[in-house]
Amino acid sequence: MLNELTAHEIHDLIVAKKISVFEVTEAILERIEAVGEKVNAYLSVMGEEALREAKKIDAAIAGGREVAPLTGIPIAIKDNMCLRGAATTCSSKILDNFRPPYDATVVDKLRQERAVFIGKTNMDEFAMGSSTENSRSGITHNPWDLSTVPGGSSGGSAAAVAAGETIMALGSDTGGSIRQPASFCGVVGMKPTYGLVSRYGLVAFASSLDQIGPLTKDVTDAAYLMNALCGHDRKDSTSVNREVPDYPQALVNDVKGLKIGIPREYFGEGIDREVRETVERTIRLLSKLGAKIKETSLPHTEYAVATYYLIATAEASSNLARYDGVQYGYRVGKQESLSGNSTIDMYEQTRAEGFGDEVKRRIMLGTYGLSAGYYEAYYLRAQKVRTLIKQDFDRAFEEFDCLLTPTAPTAAFKIGEKMDDPLQMYLSDIFTISVNLAGIPALAIPGGFTGGGLPIGLQLIAKPFAEETLFRIAYTYEQNTDYHKRKCNL
Amino acid sequence: MQYETVIGLEVHAGLSTNSKIFCGCSTKFGASPNSQTCPVCLGLPGVLPVLNEAAVEDAIKVALALNCQVSPYSKFDRKNYYYPDLPKNYQISQNYLPVAFKGYLDVPLEKGTKRVGIDNIHLEEDAGKNIHGGGADAGESLVDLNRAGIPLIEIVTQPDMRSLEEVEKFMISLRDILLYLGVCDCCMEEGSLRFEANISLRLEGESRLGNRVEMKNLNSFKMVSKALQHEMRRQGEVLKEGGHIKAETRLWDEEKEVTSTMRSKEEAHDYRYFPEPDLSPLIIKDNWIDRVRKAMPELPRERKLRFSREYKIPEYDAQVLIADKYLADFYEDTVKLFPEAKMVSNWVMGELLRGLKERNINIEECLLPATHFANMLNMIKKGAISGRIAKDVFAEMLDTGKEAEEIVKEKGWSQMSDEDEVSRIADEIIEKNPQSVRDFQGGKEKALGFFIGQVMKVTRGKANPQLVNKLLKEKLGKLK
Repeated sequence: MLNELTAHEIHDLIVAKKISVFEVTEAILERIEAVGEKVNAYLSVMGEEALREAKKIDAAIAGGREVAPLTGIPIAIKDNMCLRGAATTCSSKILDNFRPPYDATVVDKLRQERAVFIGKTNMDEFAMGSSTENSRSGITHNPWDLSTVPGGSSGGSAAAVAAGETIMALGSDTGGSIRQPASFCGVVGMKPTYGLVSRYGLVAFASSLDQIGPLTKDVTDAAYLMNALCGHDRKDSTSVNREVPDYPQALVNDVKGLKIGIPREYFGEGIDREVRETVERTIRLLSKLGAKIKETSLPHTEYAVATYYLIATAEASSNLARYDGVQYGYRVGKQESLSGNSTIDMYEQTRAEGFGDEVKRRIMLGTYGLSAGYYEAYYLRAQKVRTLIKQDFDRAFEEFDCLLTPTAPTAAFKIGEKMDDPLQMYLSDIFTISVNLAGIPALAIPGGFTGGGLPIGLQLIAKPFAEETLFRIAYTYEQNTDYHKRKCNL
Repeated sequence: MQYETVIGLEVHAGLSTNSKIFCGCSTKFGASPNSQTCPVCLGLPGVLPVLNEAAVEDAIKVALALNCQVSPYSKFDRKNYYYPDLPKNYQISQNYLPVAFKGYLDVPLEKGTKRVGIDNIHLEEDAGKNIHGGGADAGESLVDLNRAGIPLIEIVTQPDMRSLEEVEKFMISLRDILLYLGVCDCCMEEGSLRFEANISLRLEGESRLGNRVEMKNLNSFKMVSKALQHEMRRQGEVLKEGGHIKAETRLWDEEKEVTSTMRSKEEAHDYRYFPEPDLSPLIIKDNWIDRVRKAMPELPRERKLRFSREYKIPEYDAQVLIADKYLADFYEDTVKLFPEAKMVSNWVMGELLRGLKERNINIEECLLPATHFANMLNMIKKGAISGRIAKDVFAEMLDTGKEAEEIVKEKGWSQMSDEDEVSRIADEIIEKNPQSVRDFQGGKEKALGFFIGQVMKVTRGKANPQLVNKLLKEKLGKLK
């Protein structure tokens, strides 16, 4: 089955002229046809365009065009990234019918590589959530167990990769939104260093935390996708201007002498027994392979969730202010005039009907935290704690090349289980949030399964721009295990 | 009880950069609505701002001209509020760490100079424009976002001004600096220069500031003056009656010539400022400042020195001339055509300024071009009109913008320099006034003045005075 292959396997077959891009694309579309309804990973599938593009690429290859690593590879895009002319809704009613007239920089880069866009994936509305249940277009189901959530907010992308409905996908990660769903769906997900991948065209949730990254079937694919995504972008002032390494070169099966820290704060209350055992097993394996593993401490970890929910919501309250019904998207009261109170009425009703509960909750929280009289006590204080959290990591990385933690405290939970308890939902990101606050890279990889057959994820964290270290350790782990090779039974 | 007026200004100047502050769209005024927009200045989902360095450079120029410290490290902040002409519903501005701070401007007054402190200068983006009632429906409003994202600098003064004169002269001096620097076209009708004034009153000798009123909608220098005058009177009356001034924002109503409450302090917006996460801090290194400093154009101060040096006019003249850039430009344009610099400055400072004041207009509103003015001065020099007639001619020129020659022809004011004609008239008058002739012969020099006056009267001022003088002296001398 072509749809079960990795990108690098498909690439080799295309180069060897054993398969065509059209066949690969068709296989993916057939798979979507077969399991799409059960998983509900996609908001929109661009079948016709994908097949048309596939034909063009085949013709170009036949005409002697060089086959780049991602040429002809089917890729799904999270619905918060702009793809020219395609509906981009962030799973929100308020962006009804919004079709951006421009491409996100990452989309543009993938176009240049001639990857094939398969569709836009479901997500928690505006990337706010950890289960892909906060979507106006319905819940996405975890392909490993349809009664559980795929994680979120990039749940559609992770589920699509796990279900073989795409070869790879893009997600965005503000507090764990790539890594936590990767963990729940048993795929590889990377949150790159802040500034490494351009955010231009990514619909902002929390600008100082958002980062686009890959969701793939294995570490090798993640490295190739990172090669395509990274690089300075003049359109994003927070994009760093530094040379991008060739990530696949870091895929070395050797961890000898690497120092790996185990932060003790990540193994406290609330962590599932099987998750803990998975990490312990991993420690034993990596030690056997020559890594030096030692316990360490990130003392401010307990403040991370609170800090995150002040900073992220503050930025979100401002970022989402533009959805007011004036220019685009959903509007209540099209017939009413724009003068006097009716403008305010239009704003209020548009936003009341256009946003879902979780988004409203976060807008209110963020607005409150920035208000006169509260700014110093909440937003500014949170920024200071953010600095402390960053310093925890700085200190740890003076001693260690990498930190190893679980990605999430549990495997995938049941649909509906946490919808009435926002705080419990927020805590499912407890191990991933600090990384965004610190702006550092982290990689989530499959690390095992629960007794019930649900994937368990491992998280590797490194200092800024040390993605190569993460790839090296993850690749070594992958070479010595086969968790990433298991397929779900749909 | 005497009240002291305390005034501070907030000045918004639209920068004349080619492109907008955070995107590449053109800043040209007057294009068809929404034609100069892109996803960034439209605030579409997912777009990001990229700072235009030309705007920063302009801000540095203004900072240097206003003796400010340029911040080596400044930041942008978001000012959050909802308005249809603000596409993101926040404005990118600088609240916590502005690009420049702590400066001053020495403003030349009628007597002496006034130092007005500059609190800070910050960079921000302009909003678009709502057009009410412009749509298909009478109640519909339209939004034009061509102006959205045009770079602005906001210059915030200390509350240092104490009189209308200080405010008026400050505005002109500041405008001139912006014009000399070439960073703003200062076209108030197009909104590229906008003023907001903060005004409060306090008892003479009191050190605490009174409650201040912020005034908006001041779209010309004159509106600023009128609104402040009105507000000084209003606040004075309230206080004299034992009343209390509310801290509030008031709008100037140009038609009714009154101010009225726009919003009270309690209703003031909470802008929820916080650092703009989409932009990195603005780092300005010394070598950038040095480069800008070296490329600074001539400023009023330097122009004044050059005027005294180049045109050899007294320092006082130079000071009066450079106090208004357009006046100084007019002077220089005239001198280029008519190089008797001192005569030109006498006329500019005398007749021209008086004429403008009487008509209550500015030099840039004046119809008179420098070429016409120079031609008129030439006519005086050549004796084609007398200095006295010239004053009437000049007044006509100010009103009509016509050439002096045309006016003289129309009015029949050309100087009588025909010796025979003047001689004939002189003879007639001498004959008619034997007593005065005797007075003259008796040594009364004053009698000569009488004869001159009579000739001028008969010729209705057109006779060339030098000629009249010469002829009468000859004729009366002969009679001796």
